[in-house]
Amino acid sequence: MPAVRFTLNGKPQTVDVVPNMPLLWVLRDTLGLTGTKFGCGMALCGACTVHVNGQPMRSCATPISSIAGKTVTTIEGLSPDSTNPVQLAWIEHDVPQCGYCQSGQIMTAVALLAKTSRPTDADIDEALRNNICRCGTYDEIRRAIVRAAEIQRAQGGAK
Amino acid sequence: MTSQLKGGQLNRRSFLRTTAAAAGGLIVGFQLPETSRLSAETAALKLNAFVHVGTDDLVTLFIHKAEMGQGTVTSLSMLLAEELECDWKKIRTEFPGVDREYGPNQGVVGSASIRSSWESLRRAGAAAREMLIQAAAQRWGVDRSVCRAENNTVVNTAANTRVSYGSLAEAASKLPVPANVALKDSKDFHLIGKPTKRLDTPAKVNGSATFGIDVRLPGMLYAVIARSSVFGGKMAGLDASKARLIPGVKSVIPVPSGVAVLADNTWSAIEGRRALSIMWNDGPVASVSTRSIFQTFTERTEQPGAVARKTGDGDAALAGAAKKIEAVYAVPYLAHAPMEPLNCVAHVRPDSCEVWASTQGQTAARAEAVRITGLKPEAVQVHTEYMGGGFGRRARADYIGEAVEVSKAAGVPVKLTWTREDDMQQDWYRPASLARFAAGLDADGWPLVWTARVACTPFGGGSRTAVEGVADIAYAIPHIQVEHHAVDPGIPVSYWRSVGYSQNTFFAESFLDELAAAGGKDPLELRRRLLANSPRLLAALELAAGKAGWGRKLPPGHGLGIGLSNNIGSNTVQIAEASVERGKVRVHRVVCAVDCGQAVNPAGVEQQIKSGIVFGLSAALKGGITILQGHVVEGNFHQYDVLRIDEMPAVEVHIVPSQNPPGGIGEASTPGIAPAVANALFAATGKRIRRLPIRVQDLA
Repeated sequence: MPAVRFTLNGKPQTVDVVPNMPLLWVLRDTLGLTGTKFGCGMALCGACTVHVNGQPMRSCATPISSIAGKTVTTIEGLSPDSTNPVQLAWIEHDVPQCGYCQSGQIMTAVALLAKTSRPTDADIDEALRNNICRCGTYDEIRRAIVRAAEIQRAQGGAK
Repeated sequence: MTSQLKGGQLNRRSFLRTTAAAAGGLIVGFQLPETSRLSAETAALKLNAFVHVGTDDLVTLFIHKAEMGQGTVTSLSMLLAEELECDWKKIRTEFPGVDREYGPNQGVVGSASIRSSWESLRRAGAAAREMLIQAAAQRWGVDRSVCRAENNTVVNTAANTRVSYGSLAEAASKLPVPANVALKDSKDFHLIGKPTKRLDTPAKVNGSATFGIDVRLPGMLYAVIARSSVFGGKMAGLDASKARLIPGVKSVIPVPSGVAVLADNTWSAIEGRRALSIMWNDGPVASVSTRSIFQTFTERTEQPGAVARKTGDGDAALAGAAKKIEAVYAVPYLAHAPMEPLNCVAHVRPDSCEVWASTQGQTAARAEAVRITGLKPEAVQVHTEYMGGGFGRRARADYIGEAVEVSKAAGVPVKLTWTREDDMQQDWYRPASLARFAAGLDADGWPLVWTARVACTPFGGGSRTAVEGVADIAYAIPHIQVEHHAVDPGIPVSYWRSVGYSQNTFFAESFLDELAAAGGKDPLELRRRLLANSPRLLAALELAAGKAGWGRKLPPGHGLGIGLSNNIGSNTVQIAEASVERGKVRVHRVVCAVDCGQAVNPAGVEQQIKSGIVFGLSAALKGGITILQGHVVEGNFHQYDVLRIDEMPAVEVHIVPSQNPPGGIGEASTPGIAPAVANALFAATGKRIRRLPIRVQDLA
C-alpha cells in the first residue's frame, strides 16, 4: 500500500491505507478528525463535505488515492476559533438543532461564499440543495448565509 | 425522582452515587464531549443530582435527558437556572449516567422532557440556591432573610455586600438539602419565556460536538453486521473466507442478529461484509409485499372491528343522516432516516460494561446491556452522547444490544456502525395504515355522525397508536364511532415523530374538510362551530386564521388549507398556502399558531415547530417505504427523498401567550402539515388527496 501525501488543514499529512478507502474514513477512523460526518456513503446527503483544493467535495465518495498532492480542509481547519464568517453567522442565527449535518452545510456555504460574495436565493438553493437536514434548519441556513456574506464583505472579502 | 424532589427530602448519599457514576466517564472516555466532565474530587461538591457549583464559580448542570436537536440541554438548563439564580454565562452542562435519581425510565420520548421536568428541575434549582444562601448567612452570621441570590452571588442586603457562589460551594455542599422551597411566580421569571440561544451551538459549528458515532476508544475495533434483508430471516450458512482476506478485517463473528465483521476501520468492515457469502432462510414474511398488505387492510375494514371510541349511536345516526359521505385514506410505511446513522460503542469486560451511545432511552439501553451480559445494572454504565437526530428510532435499544453482543464476543471495545442502507432497510417503521370513513350530515349540512375503521399494526400496547388522531378528535360531533383492526404482516413498526397522529391527523383533518365541502361550509367556519367548547384550540384557530389572512384573495392557482392537532399536551393550528407549479406541488407559506402552555424557550419552540413541519412535509410530499417479498426496496436518499432547502416554505410561528403548565413541542407540528397542504391543494385544484405521499397525478 503506497503512502498518500497531502496537505490537511494546512499541515503535511501522510497516510498508509488501502488506495480505495474514501477520504471520509481516513479522516474519521485513521486520523481521528470526526467533525466530518458519515450520512449516506453515496454522495447523496452532503454531511461529509470537505474542501479539496478549495472545492466542496463529498469525502464519502472520494478515494484517498485521488487526494495525493492535494490540499484538504475540514470543519476543524476552517478557523482556529470559530471565526470564519460562516461560523460567526451560524452562531448568530443559532442554526444547528441536532447539528449532525452542519459541518457539511457550513463547508458548502463557505465554498459558495468563496466564489459569490453576494449570493441570491437561487445561488443558495443551487449550492445547498444537495445538503440534507432532517431537523429542518433550512430557513436559518439561508439567513445565516446572507449574514455571513455581509460579514465577509465587511472584512474585505477575505475568506 | 420526581416524587422525591416534590417537596420531599433529598438524599445526599444518592447524589454521591450519581457523582461517582458520572466521574467514571473521565477515566475511560477517550474522546469526551466539549463540556469538560467533572473530576471525582470536585464532583463531591454537587448540591443535588442536577447542580454542581465549583470553587471556580462555574456551575455544572446535569441534563438527565438527551439532546437530539430538540433543545433539551438549553430548555432544561433554563428551568434549573431560573431558580438557581446563576450566571447563564457560567453554565456548563453534562449528561449524567443512568440513575434512579433521574426517574425510572431515563429517555426522551413523547415530547415529555419539559413536562416531566417543569416542577422537579425548578425545585432542584431552588433547593441548591437555598443551600448557597444558607451558607452565606452562616458565614456572615446573619439571618437568612436578609440574604438573597443574584447572578451567581449571594447578597447581604443589610450590609450591601456579596459573595460568589464559588466561594460558598464547599460550605453549601455540607448543608442539609431543604425541603419545600417555594417556587417563583411566573411574573418573576427572568429566563423562562425569554427567547434564549442554544447552549450547544458553539460546539456544533466547529466539529467539536461529540455524537455517538464520534466516540473512539483505545484498542477499539470497527464493526458492521450483515442481517437478513427479509424481516425475520435466519442464517442457514456462512462462508467468510473471502471477507477475512479484505485488508483491515480482523474477524467475522456470528451474532444473534446476523454476522458481524470487525476491522481496524469502518470502511474495511463494510468491504468485508460485502465479501461475505451467507445463505438465509427467509421465513414467512417473504410472502409479504406492500400490495398484499393494503389488500388485507382493505378487506378487513369492510368488516366491523374492535371499538376504540363510541359516543352516541353511530350506526343509527348514519342511517338517519340527510347526507352520507364515505372515503378511504391510506399512508405508507415510513423510515426515520436521522442524519446520524445508528451506531454504538460498547466495551464489555468480565465484570463491567460501558456503552457510549446517541440514544433516546438510556434506561432501556442499560437494560439491554444487562440482559446480554448478565451483569448487575450497577456494573453497566451508559454514556449519553449527542444524537444526530432520533425521531423515535433511537428509543429502541436494538442497535445498542448488537454492539454489546459484538464486544462481548470479541473481548475488545467495538464501535458498531449501521450504513444508511442498514438504517433504511432494518428500521422500526412508522406503520402503514388505511382508514375507511363514513360520516353523515344533518339537514343543514352540519356533521351529525363520524365513523372510521382503521387497519394497521398497533404497538406499545392496546390500540392507541393505531387510532389516536381519529378517535380522540376534539370536534363536537354528536355521534362518533371508531373501530380498529390489528393487522401484523411482520414488518417492524414503532414510534415515529408524533406516532399515530402522524397519519391519523392527515386522515381526520382531510376528511373533515370533505364534510365541509359536502355540506357547503367554509372549512374555517365548520371548525369554529365544532370547537365552540374547546377554547384553547379555538383561540389557536382564530390566531392562525387571522395571521394567514383566511378568505383573502390569493394568486391564481393557490389555495389555503387548515390542519389542526392537539397532541402531546399542545394545540397546534396550521394554515398552508399551496399550488401546483410546473408539474410539482409547491408549498409557499405555512402559518402555525401554537398553544403549548408556558413556552419555556420561545426560540426553541419556533425551531421545533419549523422542524416538525419540515419532517411532516418530507413525509407528505415524498416519503414512502415499499415492501417487496418481505424486504424494503428503498436503500438510500436517492430512493427515499426528503425536503430540500429549495422546497422550504416560508414558515411563520405564532405562540399563544399562556401561563398554563407547558405542553410538549417536539412533535406538535408534524401531524398538521400534511392535511393543511392536502386541503390547500383541494382548495386550489378541486382534487382531494386521500393517500400519501401526494402525487401530482392525483391532482390532475
